[in-house]
Amino acid sequence: MIELRGIGKTYQMGSTELVALADINLQIARNEYVALIGPSGSGKSTMMNVLGCLDLPSTGTYTLDGEAVGALSEDELARVRNRKIGFIFQSYYLMPRTTLADNVAQPLIYRGLAPSVRRDRANAALARVGLEARVLHKPNELSGGQRQRVAIARALVGRPNVLLADEPTGNLDSKTAREIMGVFGDLHREGMTIIVVTHDPAIAAYCRRVVRLHDGHIVEDRAQS
Amino acid sequence: MIEAAPIDEGNRLQAFFYALQECVRSALASIRSHRMRSFLTMLGVIIGVASVICIVSLLQGLTQSVMNEFQGIGGNTLIIHSQTSREDRMLGKSNKIRPADLELVKLRVAGISNVTPRTGIGVPGGVRNGSNISTAPILATTSWFQLSNQAYPRIGRFITESDNNSRRRVVVLGDQARTDLKLPENPLGTFIQLGSDWFKVVGVMEARGDFFGQSMDNYVVIPFETGRALAGPEREPDMGIMVTVDNLDAVKDVTSRITALLRRAHKIGPGDSDDFEVESSQTLTETIGRVSRTITLVISAVVGISLLVGGVGIMNIMLVSVTERTREIGIAKALGAPRSFILMQFLIEAMVLAVIGGVIGIGFGWLLGELAAKMIPHFPPPAVPWWAIAGATGFSALVGMLFGILPARRAANLAPIDALRHE
Repeated sequence: MIELRGIGKTYQMGSTELVALADINLQIARNEYVALIGPSGSGKSTMMNVLGCLDLPSTGTYTLDGEAVGALSEDELARVRNRKIGFIFQSYYLMPRTTLADNVAQPLIYRGLAPSVRRDRANAALARVGLEARVLHKPNELSGGQRQRVAIARALVGRPNVLLADEPTGNLDSKTAREIMGVFGDLHREGMTIIVVTHDPAIAAYCRRVVRLHDGHIVEDRAQS
Repeated sequence: MIEAAPIDEGNRLQAFFYALQECVRSALASIRSHRMRSFLTMLGVIIGVASVICIVSLLQGLTQSVMNEFQGIGGNTLIIHSQTSREDRMLGKSNKIRPADLELVKLRVAGISNVTPRTGIGVPGGVRNGSNISTAPILATTSWFQLSNQAYPRIGRFITESDNNSRRRVVVLGDQARTDLKLPENPLGTFIQLGSDWFKVVGVMEARGDFFGQSMDNYVVIPFETGRALAGPEREPDMGIMVTVDNLDAVKDVTSRITALLRRAHKIGPGDSDDFEVESSQTLTETIGRVSRTITLVISAVVGISLLVGGVGIMNIMLVSVTERTREIGIAKALGAPRSFILMQFLIEAMVLAVIGGVIGIGFGWLLGELAAKMIPHFPPPAVPWWAIAGATGFSALVGMLFGILPARRAANLAPIDALRHE
């Protein structure tokens, strides 16, 4: 479902060229559960941005769900992010002043759905992560683990093809981290495709496949049980 | 919940409507969460709009009351009066309309009726009832005065044609003059003095109230011919002539006919200017309307500038807001908000700010107008016309949109990854 061919990404830093990714070839099939690991500066973040259609690669082709992403305009990329990708960030990135229901419903606004439809979907998604009793609370009334559950509900609400999680447990204690990884495990069993970007081997251990990046290259790609 | 994702979307128009609804909602939420700042931002617009509404409402009230005053005089009434140019006045000349002119108009102009002369008579000693003295001017006219001025007696009768023809010494009082002379409500039959002559009171006029603090009821009326006799043959007073044009369409023709007639009678050579003026109530109200429109326009322009200043204030705060909410914009973009949505969101926030300011300004300006009218004695009640409300609201929205463009573009043009990384 995801196919990267010869992907490279270079940044111009003054007069020097910084190579973030070089010649990346990667295929991820439906319902895979992949950990993307590597130390900081290995190109993980760039990889995450490219996979998430937040940034375009300098070279190579990226096909997502049969759609060549490299040739898309800014608004078309936004459409792809909205429909095909569910983002989960380390710092949750929730809107602080709005309720959980409105936070979760936000991606649906950009699809032109009616408020009543958005609310129903958001409530269902919050129920899916066990927060149905708190739909009208604000994010700052929740613990870190609960906030990340809200973020997962928001990622799921648009029924994406792939979940893209960037250090999803980076701000959580180990017990809460286990719970969140448990949620990912459940979603994977239900058929969701999941990519987790992390520097933490303990988190990568939950995944079925580990792709290790180093200096912008893939240095390891192995399956694990 | 993870089965193949169905792509769902409403039709485009509906989607646009939902997006608009969401933008207004988020704009209001954002304004509410920064109450003080939002209010200060609106202040420029509030002050601008309030001053327009205040001044326009006062001006409208003024115009309306002046118009009402002239409504007594129909649109088909012409007023002929003398006019002395500044050069003539400096030469010590003062032009007059004379009884001969009255006869001329009566006999030589077709299609008119109710030809009413009126003139002010000065008598030494004024109007007296025993020791009570009235300052009322003495008006000498004929029975047509009632029709052409829409003024009728409350009790008794007005001057009649026969009073005029026989130069009877009868007087009709304005209500204020009656009060000043300490006469009872019904003074019919009483004799009062005009100068050294005794006059019998035959009627009292209906009260008309105040206009700009001046009583409209302070006058006494005597027959025109009696007045001429009183003034004496060597002191021929200046007079005004009111005529009613029978056919409204003929007002222009009659005006030029009278003008030509009087020019010939006064021996005014071609190229010299008239020593009289033929005025219709229409031209009078038109002049007032034009003056008030000009003032409104000038003030609107001045206040328009102050609204622009208010717009700059909005732009400034919106730029700050975009910087503050860079992360939020980044999240929205990551979640799939198209450029147009972000643009609309900030544009609408600027417009909502300006329109709320405008609405507050309308209320504030209306209050200010009422207050000012109350504080100036005898000022007519102000009126806020609907076009001023619509204009102020619309113009505020326009200012908000114009000055929202730059911040909204800045927000919409942010790259998602940079915006997300922003601390």
